Amino acid sequence: MTAPGPSGAPVAPLPLRRTALSRLVGGLAGVDRLALAGAVLLGLIVLAALLAPWIAPYPDDGGSATHPLEALLPPSGAHWFGTDQVGRDVLSRVLYGARTSLVIAVAVLALSGIVGVVLGVVAGYAGGWERDVIMRVTDVFLAFPALLLSLALAVVLQPSVTTVIVAIAVTWWPWYARLTASVAASVSTRGFVDSACCLGVPAPLIVFRHVLPNSLTPVLVQLSLDGGGVILTAAALSYLGLGAHEPTAEWGLMVQQGQSLFTTDWWVVTFPGLAILVTAFAFNVLGEGLRARLAR
Amino acid sequence: MSGTMIRIRDLAVRMGDRVIASVPELDVVAGECVAIVGESGSGKTTTLLATLGLIEGADISGNIAIDGVDVLSAPLAELRRIRGSRVALVMQSPQAALNPTMRLGTLMRRALARHGVKGAEARSRAADAVTAVLLEPAILRRYPHQVSGGQAQRFAIALAIALGAEVVLADEPTSALDVTVQAEVVAVLRRLRDERGLAVLLVSHDLALVSTIADRVVVMKDGAVVESGPAADVFARPGDAYTRELIAAVPQLPDRLAAEPAEDKK
Amino acid sequence: MSRYLIRRLGQALLVVAGVVTLTFVIMRLVPGDPAVAYAGPRASPAELAAARRQFGLDDPVPVQLWNYVRDLLGGDWGVSLHTRRPVKDDLFQAFPASLELVGAALVIAVVAGIPLGVAAARYKGKFPDLSIRLSSMLAVSVPVFWLALALQTIFASALGWFPVAGEYDTGLDRTSPLHVYTNITAVDALFTGNWPILGSTLSHLVLPALVIAAYPAGVVAQMTRAALIEESARDHARLERALGFGETAVLTRFALRPALNPVLSLIALVFAYSIVNGFLVEAVFNWPGLGRYAADSIRSLDTPAIAGVTLLVAVLYVLANLAVDLLQGVIDPRVRTR
Repeated sequence: MTAPGPSGAPVAPLPLRRTALSRLVGGLAGVDRLALAGAVLLGLIVLAALLAPWIAPYPDDGGSATHPLEALLPPSGAHWFGTDQVGRDVLSRVLYGARTSLVIAVAVLALSGIVGVVLGVVAGYAGGWERDVIMRVTDVFLAFPALLLSLALAVVLQPSVTTVIVAIAVTWWPWYARLTASVAASVSTRGFVDSACCLGVPAPLIVFRHVLPNSLTPVLVQLSLDGGGVILTAAALSYLGLGAHEPTAEWGLMVQQGQSLFTTDWWVVTFPGLAILVTAFAFNVLGEGLRARLAR
Repeated sequence: MSGTMIRIRDLAVRMGDRVIASVPELDVVAGECVAIVGESGSGKTTTLLATLGLIEGADISGNIAIDGVDVLSAPLAELRRIRGSRVALVMQSPQAALNPTMRLGTLMRRALARHGVKGAEARSRAADAVTAVLLEPAILRRYPHQVSGGQAQRFAIALAIALGAEVVLADEPTSALDVTVQAEVVAVLRRLRDERGLAVLLVSHDLALVSTIADRVVVMKDGAVVESGPAADVFARPGDAYTRELIAAVPQLPDRLAAEPAEDKK
Repeated sequence: MSRYLIRRLGQALLVVAGVVTLTFVIMRLVPGDPAVAYAGPRASPAELAAARRQFGLDDPVPVQLWNYVRDLLGGDWGVSLHTRRPVKDDLFQAFPASLELVGAALVIAVVAGIPLGVAAARYKGKFPDLSIRLSSMLAVSVPVFWLALALQTIFASALGWFPVAGEYDTGLDRTSPLHVYTNITAVDALFTGNWPILGSTLSHLVLPALVIAAYPAGVVAQMTRAALIEESARDHARLERALGFGETAVLTRFALRPALNPVLSLIALVFAYSIVNGFLVEAVFNWPGLGRYAADSIRSLDTPAIAGVTLLVAVLYVLANLAVDLLQGVIDPRVRTR
């Protein structure tokens, strides 16, 4: 029996124009197009980051170059996004900033994803006291909003990009541990795991051959949803002076350095901020699209 | 009391290229119970929901009239007016069909208000309806999780009575219930059909149940009607191989058949 | 219910114990010697030793943890190296201002987010849905510190519609002094009928509260939409349609209440998040709350102060979660009997 859709409203006088073709287009117009748009946007940002040395109009400005005579020029043909307080091309720095942000995002997601998934699979498959211990530890970590714990950690460690990665990863893994544990627990009760168990397959092999691969999809979706959060947290830490420092091109840092100039030289702050917004947005759109697909 | 309450002609419900339910002709008159039987996926629930105009994402063609109102071409407002006030739905899963955050009485009050019945009139109608299905009026103060499955199903029937519906569409109303509770619900339906002249369109896979209440039977398989006729005839002399299979699958059906419908329907 | 309550309380206590331990561990990792930071770089060895003894830094680590917990329970949250005042007093002064700001933001978020979520669910797949979904995704993607700077520049500095910074016009302290009861300025002003300060506080609140509200409004709208769509696909929604209710009525009069349950849990989660997000916004608008205090403590490596802020927010988070779990009983009658 096919379940009728949620809405009873526009159904009764059904015109016959809803053909298979129009439904296909309608389907593409919904969730799939969202995921696609996110993927394309994110792809462009990744491309820009990879090609920064070649496409940046002034590649040296991504680093420590200074041109005092060209300081704070408004956007023009030569400098599309204007120049900053030491005369560096803002567009070039925004492009190089994409590298910093994406490296941080990938590193944090990989680190916390691996730690979280491993612990989560163990907790979910083993159950019992192992599960209880791991879950209570994640409870404690989850009680700290990510930015707060990263803040405290970033104060303790020396400000740097590595600090940002470590600080955020420490606060991020429990989410994946929880998610994986709940999925793994339900996978573990399925028939094929039981039969592997009865056949005398050793537990670690069962976990990594059977439970893990079947638990990964929701984690991957969550990872893409979280990319935006990592980008925002990293930018916030750098904005507070706890992350990347001069001459590294980093969006949050660029906003902090230019914030007193917002009224007079708006471009110095506006473009790096927009870059953060667009990148986080791309991750969120992709994640939402994937989640909606997964939910069906 | 012999008005045709439900009149279906050339109904075809399509999902994509597939016809999921096709009913050339089906009438239910007042005071009559017609049962659509068949296994799951046979298109019986689809037919029932199409009657209410409650199917989404499907192409519906043909003709469905409820008490003279053309369901497929009526304006939405008109359709919503007859939903509840003329046709009522009793669903399969008794508790899931009730909003978990709402007392039964609140639901009934809102439903009555929706159809213009308020105040003292609404209160007395609610009390009468609940009594008519042999429930205590106190049940109106309960939440769905505080009542049994049988009580929830009888309350759903009470909703129909309170709103003055003349047609009841019942979708597997007893399949989620214990056998003894099934009998209570069926007894209530049967009595209301006889006393109030309700037209009942019942969907079920349970031939034993159907044999105790249905006047006429429509057998569906893979979205199509394979046989239809008076219940006694269909059960006694099934013309289609599929119907014979269904009947053979029910233990000691012939005994009940011989005894019940005859003394029951008067 | 009471067994559920006891188990839930026990769980919360366990988490708080873990939070205290973790905070302690992080603070032990601080580079540099807190004794040096306290006594100053030119302190004599004797003064340093005295400071070390005062902070108990010579004791074994488990003893230090035990002392830390004992002091916390005794209401001694340490002395700020920066303000030289007890951290507890500092927090007591700064927290109400943050609460005021985040409270205002959450009110905005709920008032905007729930109707937007309802509208999106009502027009699912159509233009209003798509635009609401995209805007809510934008709202959760915006860096708060940047949005704060942008709104401040445009609406305060350039247009002059709102004040640039601060909690209220302190000049009013002379003309209409505020009697402090709760330390939440807007509340105190409201209950003592101090209209000039109330008005000034509200106009100072608008911009920072809007900035903080962006994220919670976005997630509340998304969650409301998702929960409503799920709820309106359930059997009970079909019955409600069969009773003659239209889509809007099914969503707002029937599906909304059960759908509010996940939205409520979300708000608790988002509360602590917003307090921390607020740190960045407070720094921009010079709001005298926890954020400014935290920023000052970070700059001066003020360990006890950072530990105090961290602990307070984490405990708040645990409490908010506890409150939501208990409140859910009110919204969903099924939970009560569990």
